[in-house]
Amino acid sequence: MSASADIDLTAAEQERQERRREILAAVLRVLIPVMAALVMGGIILLILGKNPLDYYGFVLRRGLLTWGGLQETLTRMAPLLLIGAGLIVAFRAGIWNLGTDGQFLIAAVLSAALAPALITVLPDALTIIICMVVSMLAAAIWSLIPAILKARYGINEIITSLMMSFLGVSFANVLVKLFFRDPATTVPQTMSLAVEDRLPRLFDTTIHLGLIIALVVIVLVHVMMTRTAFGLKLQVVGANPAAAVHAGLRVGWLTIATFAISAGLIGLGGAVEILGVWGVVRADWNPAFGLLVVPLVFLARFNGYATIGFTLFFSALMIGGDSAARRVGVPNDFVLVLVALLLIFLAVVEYLDHLRRKKAGA
Amino acid sequence: MNAITAPSPVVAVRNVTKRFPGVLANDRVSLAFHAGEVHVLLGENGAGKSTLIGILAGMQQPDEGEILIDGQAVRIGSPRQSLEFGIGTVFQHVLLVPSLSVIENLMLGGGWWGRLVKAPALARFRELSTLLGVAIDPDAIVGRLSLGEQQQVEIMRALWRGEKVLILDEPTSMLTPQGVRDLGEVIKRLRAKGVAVILITHKLLEAYEFGDRISVLRLGRVVGDIPPERLSAMGEAEATDAIIELMFGKEAARSGEAETLVDTAHRQRQVARDRAPRLTLRGVSTEAARGECPLREVSFELWPGEVLGIAGVDGNGQKHLAEVLAGQRGVSAGRIELNGGDITGAGVPARRQAGIRYVTDERLGEGTVGIFSVATNLVLKEIGRPPYWSRGWSDWDGIHGHARDQIGRNDIRTPSERTPVAKLSGGNIQKVLLAREINSEAQVVVFNKPTYGLDLQNTRLAHERIIASADHGIAIVVISTDLDELIKVSDRIGVMFQGRLAGIVENGPDIERRVGLLMTGVEAA
Repeated sequence: MSASADIDLTAAEQERQERRREILAAVLRVLIPVMAALVMGGIILLILGKNPLDYYGFVLRRGLLTWGGLQETLTRMAPLLLIGAGLIVAFRAGIWNLGTDGQFLIAAVLSAALAPALITVLPDALTIIICMVVSMLAAAIWSLIPAILKARYGINEIITSLMMSFLGVSFANVLVKLFFRDPATTVPQTMSLAVEDRLPRLFDTTIHLGLIIALVVIVLVHVMMTRTAFGLKLQVVGANPAAAVHAGLRVGWLTIATFAISAGLIGLGGAVEILGVWGVVRADWNPAFGLLVVPLVFLARFNGYATIGFTLFFSALMIGGDSAARRVGVPNDFVLVLVALLLIFLAVVEYLDHLRRKKAGA
Repeated sequence: MNAITAPSPVVAVRNVTKRFPGVLANDRVSLAFHAGEVHVLLGENGAGKSTLIGILAGMQQPDEGEILIDGQAVRIGSPRQSLEFGIGTVFQHVLLVPSLSVIENLMLGGGWWGRLVKAPALARFRELSTLLGVAIDPDAIVGRLSLGEQQQVEIMRALWRGEKVLILDEPTSMLTPQGVRDLGEVIKRLRAKGVAVILITHKLLEAYEFGDRISVLRLGRVVGDIPPERLSAMGEAEATDAIIELMFGKEAARSGEAETLVDTAHRQRQVARDRAPRLTLRGVSTEAARGECPLREVSFELWPGEVLGIAGVDGNGQKHLAEVLAGQRGVSAGRIELNGGDITGAGVPARRQAGIRYVTDERLGEGTVGIFSVATNLVLKEIGRPPYWSRGWSDWDGIHGHARDQIGRNDIRTPSERTPVAKLSGGNIQKVLLAREINSEAQVVVFNKPTYGLDLQNTRLAHERIIASADHGIAIVVISTDLDELIKVSDRIGVMFQGRLAGIVENGPDIERRVGLLMTGVEAA
């Protein structure tokens, strides 16, 4: 009896060791691509005749190490985190919601249209809450078409959600020009929400409440996915749809719910960005955050906490890269080059790791 | 049997060793295959048969040792090379394109740059048809052929580039009794034409009936060999004893494993059918997607403590029957009753609550989520329900505790309850499913191919589990393509043919013949 207990113990011990190795490997899987992307990016900068150390140093200083830059970086995190939260829900459930930009923009336009109108009759807090709820609902409704097509006819949601995204971006543009246009401006844009009516600032900074909302939401999403029956059901659907049917889960209903939650959170991101930062939407405005967040969520392996880290990294890169474009003369889009490099190296490392595992035991 | 044993073998392996992580799949295996001889390879799962075949078919490379063809050491680097050496392999599952015609399938092996020329292909097709003694329309769509005919096409494809060696991997597992007889004829003709046939099976009677020479593999080694001179001098019973002795050793010849293999005792139990049935199906039909076989007006009754076997060639509606009973699939017509109450419209959760359980044959395909832990898989059908969930919150401590308990009780061999279930062996995944499905609340349990892919020990455990469940008063449906298995565990056996229940017969001495007739659609009972 005791002998078998010993065997159990060593087996458990082995598994613990294995898990430690797994964690180390997971960290390396992230660090190696990041370093490789920075080195490769540096080489490209050298070819362009720029000093990579200058560039990286400037980005780092501007994005993280100066007070103003850090505030901008943290402010930028809010919409990215909410989009990330929405994508985690969808991707964990095996649903590739790539309709982020359309969902984000429609929500943003509705907030921008509603808030200046409501603020004249309702108290500030109520206006903001109503705007957020309406934006989330609108984004969720926009996701219904790909959701129903997927749930009912099994039509690939990558294609349909992407198409709905293009339509959504155009539709938002049309909404601004035809219905919500501020007649007082020459450039087509909505009425603007006065700075004092926007989301409250945190203490004495320029960072608005949206960052706190986003952090709370992404932690809640993480808890939902790992600690609740609903989250586990979504993961079953994502990991093995046949097993979900076998276990009697209502896969169609869960698919639609996943899409609605995912799009709703992305829509909340749009609302927060308008209510916190801009207060107005210009007809041609499209930050196209959606597809920028997708790689971050993958890097984080759909883990909420890791997503916070990557979003911070990426926001700093965006903010720093913006100023670097002006000061060092490296184009703004170089940030995208870095992200692309990061993805390529991520894939390479993933592939090598896959080979290693296959060799180690199959 | 009058085998012409050539002095030197056509193909031989010498001291072949193949290692996989943690497993020695082939351990210094030496075997010689002769022209005009049917060489049977026998052994349990994991004995190393498949690895050896993989090496001869060019899919794997030996770590040590050599392969000789006509006495020359060669390297078989790819399946294509294997075919060019005249070694053709027919695998267990049909590997033809169902939407193409027979002749198109046979022409697929050529280079992608070449034009498809039909005339020479047809000539070769006729040559092989004569050789095999079969008559198949070369323009018939493969998907419309019977499984036996599809297998004949597979054999043609294997012999397409030369007819030196034919490897058949468990060729009878998907055939009707008539199909098995036809295959026997084909094998005899090939042997007479000097083809070396390598036949892999785990059925002793087949080995005796078809084989000239029998080699037994065990744990990667060749443990015994019965040459043609000895085999032809033996009677059936004598040969069976000799093989079992080789497979399990002298003292083990009468152990449980050996019995599992040769025991064809009929199950003899009395089921009280004067009470109300537990499960009733009346005229149940389903609608099928392309390539599936729907149910057509299936009716039967099942009493507590009874085991109803469902026999039939794969693809005659068994899958739909299992899914309809489990509640995974809706019916298009008919009525299902449990203890007299209508459950036709109830889904999986409601039926599970009512005590209907389904042990699926697709253990990793749908039965479990491979990347999830053993613990999660043990409660996969209870997500959201007490005691492990309250108000939607997961009680992971409770779930893991439950798993540790079940692992101990059901002897599930796993490093821990957190191990991903896909890392377990097939037998242990089956134990996870059995632990999840069979408990004190079970009223009806549906088993779909309960021993598919399991080794003898786990097969025996599964059979014991089925019979013990019936003894506890559970009503049981066992769907299987292995008639011997059904005869062992069932009280009655129903036969599925083209979506209909062709008939149900009481288990008894004459059952093989009666089931065989029903399986081919010859007789409707």
